[in-house]
Amino acid sequence: MRRSALLFALALLMVACGQPAASRPTPPPVVSPAASIVPAATPADGPGRLVVMSHDSFNVSAEVLAAFTAATGAEVEFLKAGDTGSALNQAILSASAPLADVLYGVDNTFLSRALAADIFVPYASPYLAAIPAELQLDPSNRLLPVDYGYVVINYDREALAADGRTPPASLEELAGPEWRGQLVVQNPATSSPGLAFLLATIAHFGEDGDYSWQDYWRDLRTNEVYVSQDWSDAYYTQFSGSSGEGPYPLVVSYATSPAAEVYFSEGRLSEPPTGNLLVPGGSFKQIEFVGILKGTQNEALARQFVDFMLQPEFQADIPLQMFVYPANPEAPLPDLFTQFAEVPAEPAAITPEQIEQGREAWIEEWTEIVLR
Amino acid sequence: MRAGLLVVGRLLAALPLLYLALCFFYPLLAILRLSFAGGYAGPLRALGAPYYLGVVGFTFVQATLSTLLTLAVGLPGAYIFARYSFPGKGLLQAVAGVPFVMPTVVVAVAFGALLGPRGLLSQALAAAGLPVAPLRVGGLWLVLLAHVFYNYTVVLRLVGGFWASLDPRLEQAAAMLGASRVRTLLHVTLPLLLPAVGAAALLIFIFTFTSFGVIVILGGPRMATLEVEIYRQTAQLLRLDVAATLAMVQIVCTLLLSLAYTRLAARSAIPLELQPRSAVARRPRGVARLLVGANALLILLLLGGPLLALALRSLIGPPGEGGPLTLAYYTALGENRTGSAFFVPPTAALANSLRIASTTMVIALLVGVPAAYLLAAPGSQQAHAPEQQSWNSHNGQGGRDRRRSAWPMARVAVLDALFMLPLGTSAATLGLGYLVALSTPGLGWLRTSPWLLPLLHSLVALPFVVRALLPALRARSPRQREAAAMLGATPLQAWLRVELPQIAPALAVGAIFAFTVSLGEFGATLLLTRPDQPTLPVMIFRFLGQPGALNYGQALALSTILMLTTALGFVLLERVRPPGGEF
Repeated sequence: MRRSALLFALALLMVACGQPAASRPTPPPVVSPAASIVPAATPADGPGRLVVMSHDSFNVSAEVLAAFTAATGAEVEFLKAGDTGSALNQAILSASAPLADVLYGVDNTFLSRALAADIFVPYASPYLAAIPAELQLDPSNRLLPVDYGYVVINYDREALAADGRTPPASLEELAGPEWRGQLVVQNPATSSPGLAFLLATIAHFGEDGDYSWQDYWRDLRTNEVYVSQDWSDAYYTQFSGSSGEGPYPLVVSYATSPAAEVYFSEGRLSEPPTGNLLVPGGSFKQIEFVGILKGTQNEALARQFVDFMLQPEFQADIPLQMFVYPANPEAPLPDLFTQFAEVPAEPAAITPEQIEQGREAWIEEWTEIVLR
Repeated sequence: MRAGLLVVGRLLAALPLLYLALCFFYPLLAILRLSFAGGYAGPLRALGAPYYLGVVGFTFVQATLSTLLTLAVGLPGAYIFARYSFPGKGLLQAVAGVPFVMPTVVVAVAFGALLGPRGLLSQALAAAGLPVAPLRVGGLWLVLLAHVFYNYTVVLRLVGGFWASLDPRLEQAAAMLGASRVRTLLHVTLPLLLPAVGAAALLIFIFTFTSFGVIVILGGPRMATLEVEIYRQTAQLLRLDVAATLAMVQIVCTLLLSLAYTRLAARSAIPLELQPRSAVARRPRGVARLLVGANALLILLLLGGPLLALALRSLIGPPGEGGPLTLAYYTALGENRTGSAFFVPPTAALANSLRIASTTMVIALLVGVPAAYLLAAPGSQQAHAPEQQSWNSHNGQGGRDRRRSAWPMARVAVLDALFMLPLGTSAATLGLGYLVALSTPGLGWLRTSPWLLPLLHSLVALPFVVRALLPALRARSPRQREAAAMLGATPLQAWLRVELPQIAPALAVGAIFAFTVSLGEFGATLLLTRPDQPTLPVMIFRFLGQPGALNYGQALALSTILMLTTALGFVLLERVRPPGGEF
């Protein structure tokens, strides 16, 4: 009896000990006040609190974020809301009483749905001037480009070299006997690189003609393509070039993944263990956007935050935090990117409107062809 | 005094219902209302497609097979844990419980680390000069294996726990009367065990019926359960109406199953005099030794093998190095190498996980114990134990009891099924329900409240607490309490001194599951956690979201920490439970 009371007391104690830490707001990280990274925006009237919703992959240096807090006096709280699709769905479903002031992470595959849901207010940030027009996909400026990256196929250098093989030179070759059972893709219904790769093949092979994208995927299925649920499983459990050492030497991933392999090897690798398969039609340019959510009580502060994300300081922080390219070409790229990250020559040409119109039917059709 | 007790009793009984109404039905109805705003015709038509019938069929088949297989593998284990004491028993039981908290992605990595082309097994085979056949993940058998891997502990704890407190004299009496071992098992032991076996089977069935991660990651994308289809319709297509309709199919199936089970369980409940565990367990001899050894080996190979492979991989450097063991990935966890604003030291994530899990445990017990009493109290016993009724009528209370027992059976069955519903409800649907409910004006603060996750986790933990307690509560013999009352004990004293020690083992099982469920919960946590306060599974997921040896290694290191924490938690929870010898 005494012992079960003890258990209860122990449990309460644990709850109690955890409590203050939970309710106390995290203090901003202590950094040296670096004058060069103070945003140009004028400080707000009084300190406020801004809530920024994003997908899980969002990241920023503590130092850069502290500069925003120092300049505006505002505290920024982040809500990470699952993957891109989940984060957008959350924003749409809570439109009547928004959970956040700013949403970052909508990409060009979801752009049209986000705009159609009418959950953003327009903001023509002065910093847009420095950003190439080809990235500005929303003329109404409700969603502003922040960064971009490329979805491509990565290959395991060592595995191919061991068999004396050179990487395939075209998407078509992947459907041939030499590459039977060698490729892992992600399910486009559940994974954003998976969807990006499907869109690349649709743009490359077309919807009709002698050999449409449907024919291509039928051939890939016959050729024993492996379909993973998400990127992590594809890359770490199935792909042979990652630390997980799976069975397949080819995987759909990002053009910056080989550079990331070098970066996260702790200096052990001077060359990436993987390479990018830069074949015609084999890449998709993924652009990520930020927008101010309708119904925000902090619109002025939200604008300052959007400005902050588009400025060179934040932009220069992007590559090593998220392994994508900054939208602002003036932001300096780290050596790692100039050395190892490759930019595909001609990414798939497909507009957000085409994507929105086709997405559901394409995914349905793809599922029918490849999975059922 | 009596009136006061009655009020307290009513309040306690209202607590679980209030909790279910606020934390389950309110968000569920919120999302259903939103989903069906456009009418029912569209989604119902969509459901007519043969594809969905196939999905429902497959969901049933894999859940049935998984349940049967888990019972077949787990029951011998439950027997040896109930009837024998042997060295390393506590440790084995802890090991068996660890898979329950592992995120599926990690389990996939673990299986890969053991069975993959360059996994430990292949390397060992190659080193021994044997041929290596790389194993490619996928297929139904792997799904079933994973379901056994996850749910073995449910059988071990629920059935083993109840079996341990069964009076062995019943079996001895059967043996004395000349029954063979098999006959004793079939005609005495199994019927007595039926409530606990049924409870375990029901939990496993509903758990695997709503299986998601195991299906999509280990089974491959060609497999789809209802839950997978709901997720697809929700997350990617935002077809809320179709998703909600599928979720309703899932809920109705759970409800029907639970109702069927409740009828069965109530019929098979027999008042017993439960025994302290220590009086029952003995050292194995002869054939029993072989049985104990075989089961221990099974646990170590089937459950411990993948986990051990994972832990080993976290201590081995990157591929190709093959050097000595290193703690590099563990020390890296404590360093913010990229200067990220979202850096969280592993100790903080561990503290978050422990805080949420222990809060969940307290909430689930506070809600679950009254719920179990509510279900065990009025109808089932009186209606099905004639001996007791006659005793009651002697006491002049028969009239009142008969009036009460006319409809309680139905009421209890419905209530019982209601408490199982959260387990059978699509996590994707309920998660969105929470979001919709939380965006109601006035509730927004809860979105960032430290109570949100424990309240949510308790929904899944509640069925485990209720199921663990019910067989023990239904088997209570009222005579002991009556005797205590005759000897002058107040109802509270009688409960504390007589009843609590009897149900304590079941209470501990419930508490352990509540703790475990919360520690491993991942889907809802990922959606609702604050980035500065991730739990261990969420941190693991983040590391596995980026390429590079360091990220992979840190994910494995954190998984190992999660495993060790869980095992340690089990051992500690076992220690603080009141030993049976106290009564």
